[in-house]
Amino acid sequence: MNAEKGDWVRIHKIILTTDERAPQIPEDTKKVPLEMWDKGFLLNDFASIGDEVEVETIIGRKLSGKMIEINPQFDHAWGKCIPEILHIGRQVKGILAKEEN
Amino acid sequence: MSAKGYNELMARKGAIMKSAVQIDYSQFESGSIAFDYEGMMEKVGYSLDEIKEIQLSTGVGNTPVYELKNLTALCRKTAEPGKGARIFLKDEAANPSGSFKARRAAVSVYHAKKLGYSGVIAATSGNYGAAVASQAAMQGLKCIIVQECYDSQWKGQPEIIEKARKCEAYGAEVVQLSVGPELFYNFLQLLEETGYFNASLYTPFGIAGVETLGFELSEQMKEKIGRNPDAVVVTTAGGGNVTGTARGLIKAGAEDVKIVGASVDLKGLHMASDKQFNKKSFTTGHTGFGIPFATNPDRSDVPRSAGRPLRYMDRYVTVRQGEVFYMTETLAQLEGLERGPAGNVSLAAAFSIAREMDEDQVIVVQETEYTGAGKHIQPQLSFARDNGIELRFGDPAEEVPGESIILPEYPSMIRAVDLDLDKIRYSYIRNCVAKLDNIEDVGDEDIQFMADETNVNKYVVKKILHSLEGRIESGKAR
Repeated sequence: MNAEKGDWVRIHKIILTTDERAPQIPEDTKKVPLEMWDKGFLLNDFASIGDEVEVETIIGRKLSGKMIEINPQFDHAWGKCIPEILHIGRQVKGILAKEEN
Repeated sequence: MSAKGYNELMARKGAIMKSAVQIDYSQFESGSIAFDYEGMMEKVGYSLDEIKEIQLSTGVGNTPVYELKNLTALCRKTAEPGKGARIFLKDEAANPSGSFKARRAAVSVYHAKKLGYSGVIAATSGNYGAAVASQAAMQGLKCIIVQECYDSQWKGQPEIIEKARKCEAYGAEVVQLSVGPELFYNFLQLLEETGYFNASLYTPFGIAGVETLGFELSEQMKEKIGRNPDAVVVTTAGGGNVTGTARGLIKAGAEDVKIVGASVDLKGLHMASDKQFNKKSFTTGHTGFGIPFATNPDRSDVPRSAGRPLRYMDRYVTVRQGEVFYMTETLAQLEGLERGPAGNVSLAAAFSIAREMDEDQVIVVQETEYTGAGKHIQPQLSFARDNGIELRFGDPAEEVPGESIILPEYPSMIRAVDLDLDKIRYSYIRNCVAKLDNIEDVGDEDIQFMADETNVNKYVVKKILHSLEGRIESGKAR
């Protein structure tokens, strides 16, 4: 996947390596680096996924990182059906209906 | 960043912060434990009338209050005869950015603009980010929101990702980080690089922004029932919601209203753990923030937090994740109000507390928040189930944070659990004393300050100090 100058891309960067992490954090967190993600318009003429690039963010800040996505999208959604939820409304309405009778 | 760069940045922390909020906190310090809290609120905050005006100019505040008649009826079905207070709810989701946080952001961004900053930065994974971004859009400032969002597998909390989307929708840049408190260093770097204003949640302007909520609430209740309510339930994390609401109520003359703080019980989960990050279903409003901020409010991103919940809480309760999800669904099904789960922590607590109160008493839930993809009972429970969390109906008391979410088998099983405020006060005082070299340095002014901070008299503080002294002495002897 390739991007051209001006394309909207997501970049990734390691902020702190495992050796640089704060002393007070839990062991599992110490074993992984502190990572950062941001988005911006590509400033390089041309780049492929995985390349180190420079971008200009939506507010005009310039920063660099590894390009990991072109036209990054949101994919959070409404989740899978959780059948348990369907019983809650029926139950509480049932309790109130009993009161009326 | 190298360790050297890291240490150098931290050495500049004070200077960076000073230029990013322009408050000289030292003027309120005594050099010991005490500081002039009211002086700080007065000198660098705004008056209630000024805040009302600032908020009105951006459409913030004046949110409706609804009586939850069906929920009250349900509560009474689960209560002893004659018990079951009337439950009211202030619909803060009606604010421009969808939560009460718009009140804090309106004042912070206004202040930043007044001081001539070109942009604002806030470190938040919650509704405050959307609020600052929305206000920055309205008031014409640039905005950066720094979020703790993903674990090391690049798996994000759906609720936080939704907040990133909302911030971007308002034109903000969203910097997303993996789990860890070092977010603060990145935040400092950004403040230094951009010269933007630190729109901290904990400045006097931010907290004063919440005072209008309490004030409005009192006025609205007087209109609806002819008097102030008996109790107001407030979700607490960083403490600003409790502090601002209670101060607003006091300014409205409603000193006798019982203030109940409520947090989701996430006992056992470490907030900085990469592996546990996605095992929780609440990213704020939980005990992982509520208790540390109550016992040590000055752990925030400003030298002195304006949010000091122990001053105002008459009671502090916890509810469980499954109970909040159940009440969120019930609110939609019985009252026709579909709102976000995180804003319904106080609702779940109020449902339980109303049961202890008489039918002619009144309890108010003082917030709601917007809902949407990712930030809704279904995607959040779906995410939990995908992460191996057991989800079932049963006794909520059996819920183990990070392992299970138990939806109450029957609404009568929803139980707000009281935390021992005296223990929390003790921890607060212990934390204060720990900052001194010698416990004997505690002066009379400090004792009065700690009494004010913990809402007890000086005698109680002295007793706690005495017992701490004893512990220190016996520690030395060993």
